[in-house]
Amino acid sequence: MSSTDTTMQSIPRTGRLVPIVVFIVAIALIALTPFLGNYYIRVVNGLLIYILLGIGLNIVIGYAGLLDLGFVAFYAVGAYTYGLLASAQLGIHLPFLLIVLIAALLGMLVGILLGVPVLKLRGDYLAIVTLGFGEIIRILVNNVDWLTGGPKGIARLDKASIFGIEIARPVDFYWLLLVTVFIVATIVWRMEKSILGKAWAAIREDQDAARGIGINTTNAKLAAFATSATIGSIAGVIFAASQRFVSPESFSLQESVLIVLMIVIGGIGNILGIIAGAAILILLPEVLREFAEWRILFLGLLMIALIILRPAGIVPRSFGPERLIRGLFGK
Amino acid sequence: MLGTIIQQTVNALTIGSIYALIALGYTMVYGVLRMINFAHGEMFMLGAYAAFLGLSIFIGDIGGAGAFALTAIFFGAVIAVGLVGVGIERIAYKPLRNSTRLAPMLSSLGVSLSLVTGIQILAGPQPVGFPSFFPATRLDVLGGTVTLVQIGILIAAFVLMFGLYMLVNRSRAGIIVRAVSESRPTAQLLGINVNLAISLVFFSGPLLGAAGGILYASYYGIMSPSMGAVIGLKAFTAAILGGIGSIPGAMLGSFILAFVEVAGTALLPIVSGGILGTEYRDVLSFTILILVLLVRPAGILGTPVSEESMVYKREF
Repeated sequence: MSSTDTTMQSIPRTGRLVPIVVFIVAIALIALTPFLGNYYIRVVNGLLIYILLGIGLNIVIGYAGLLDLGFVAFYAVGAYTYGLLASAQLGIHLPFLLIVLIAALLGMLVGILLGVPVLKLRGDYLAIVTLGFGEIIRILVNNVDWLTGGPKGIARLDKASIFGIEIARPVDFYWLLLVTVFIVATIVWRMEKSILGKAWAAIREDQDAARGIGINTTNAKLAAFATSATIGSIAGVIFAASQRFVSPESFSLQESVLIVLMIVIGGIGNILGIIAGAAILILLPEVLREFAEWRILFLGLLMIALIILRPAGIVPRSFGPERLIRGLFGK
Repeated sequence: MLGTIIQQTVNALTIGSIYALIALGYTMVYGVLRMINFAHGEMFMLGAYAAFLGLSIFIGDIGGAGAFALTAIFFGAVIAVGLVGVGIERIAYKPLRNSTRLAPMLSSLGVSLSLVTGIQILAGPQPVGFPSFFPATRLDVLGGTVTLVQIGILIAAFVLMFGLYMLVNRSRAGIIVRAVSESRPTAQLLGINVNLAISLVFFSGPLLGAAGGILYASYYGIMSPSMGAVIGLKAFTAAILGGIGSIPGAMLGSFILAFVEVAGTALLPIVSGGILGTEYRDVLSFTILILVLLVRPAGILGTPVSEESMVYKREF
């Protein structure tokens, strides 16, 4: 994998055009979306949730270089936390922000509980154990009928509200998601640049060497796993609140694979790449609706081709948020 | 009671031998390339579809087909899938051999997705009835019912596994594969044709997986484009349970997993007083996998290798 571009050399003049264009297009799209019809806003909301999930999973796959195929389990933990704590199912009706907090802690706890036994093992097992864990969560959710409503799920969840402002229309969720994505992306990007992020990069590139220079690889991997689980769980809460319905169907293995695919196609280890990957994978099916299965075949082949021809994804690792910001302000 | 035990034992052996055929492919690929081949479950699915295609082209009505014709179709189908396996390795994995460890695994996820949707487009997404390769005669053994299909599956699986054992342990090609599996760089330095060994593994693995697919479809009388996902996962669990990279381990793990599943299906509702139904069978399997890994991280028959010497190390 190419090394991360963190040198502070100045960007050549020609290198400023792309960041400025990207920035203007992004602002235009963000500003225009609220004026679209509800259907399109829902599509964009779906896109934003996947971006959130992608940013979360990318910590494990892109930064620490571990393959997690059960990420959707944490998404389910968050969604069902909202489903149980804000509906008639258990008769509990907690405020939205409190549930976000509970779900974040719960997601982190589940991530640590799963990570502690697994991350000490050989790294290859992580893929299969997380996959198995994802299936276990799905089977449990599907069968513990008295708690989760089984395959029927939980319907009529409470309307979300933040400090008395009701969040119910798609456009409300659009702003909520936009703010959440922005905050999470900023935090995760700062984490990548922190000493912990450098430890992750070291583990990804060469675990032996990382251990050799005194990095506690198990703890660093655990931190990656827990952070990723927390983000997945928060995404689940917002998803459940916007659907006002949760059922096991939303948390299949295919969802996990889709998020992995998104990261790979967009650009492993790069937040801007994940946004691009999510946009392709979520918007393309909307555009190519009449091609039905062909588009999935196309995505599979595209994934193979990209891994071989452009292993860093569509957006290279060097074109990260840092490059965007420096390009804009000309530092 | 004795009849039930015999019947359940035969059920477990049947499922276990199918798992074993698939698990061998995972374990051999891992042994040689240190890679998890997520597309391997799809070889299982392709096997059933290839045999079905062969049947409908050459025979039409399975009732009138002789044993020789069926055997020919069986081997034709598995060899075809073996060649597909070699082709996939050349296109999707070989260019990534010096890349990161994650890259070929992600590529295999792409291959898996493409194969499943490819078959969905060609043959339709719905499950299709599959004619059994064996007569559906039932036998009564000490009070338990055993079908000829089960006996046929057991014989076919053991013949194939014995063939693999002879190939790996008693032939020159086997020495090459074992040398590359031991250490690819050293084998290369000694003038061994590494590409040949890898191709051989990617031929025999999918071949056995395809055989498993045909036997499985014969057993349950049905096939579908998505049949590889769950069974592939189970077989992979079995391979890890037994110790990935170890051929006897894959077989042992498969039979242990099959016995756990059959016993779990029969005993879970009784033991838990009806709280846990048979749908928790898979939860039980995965829990056992995680517990085994905690006690013996290398699996039951795997060589205990410290993480430092194996993982995330590029082999130059």
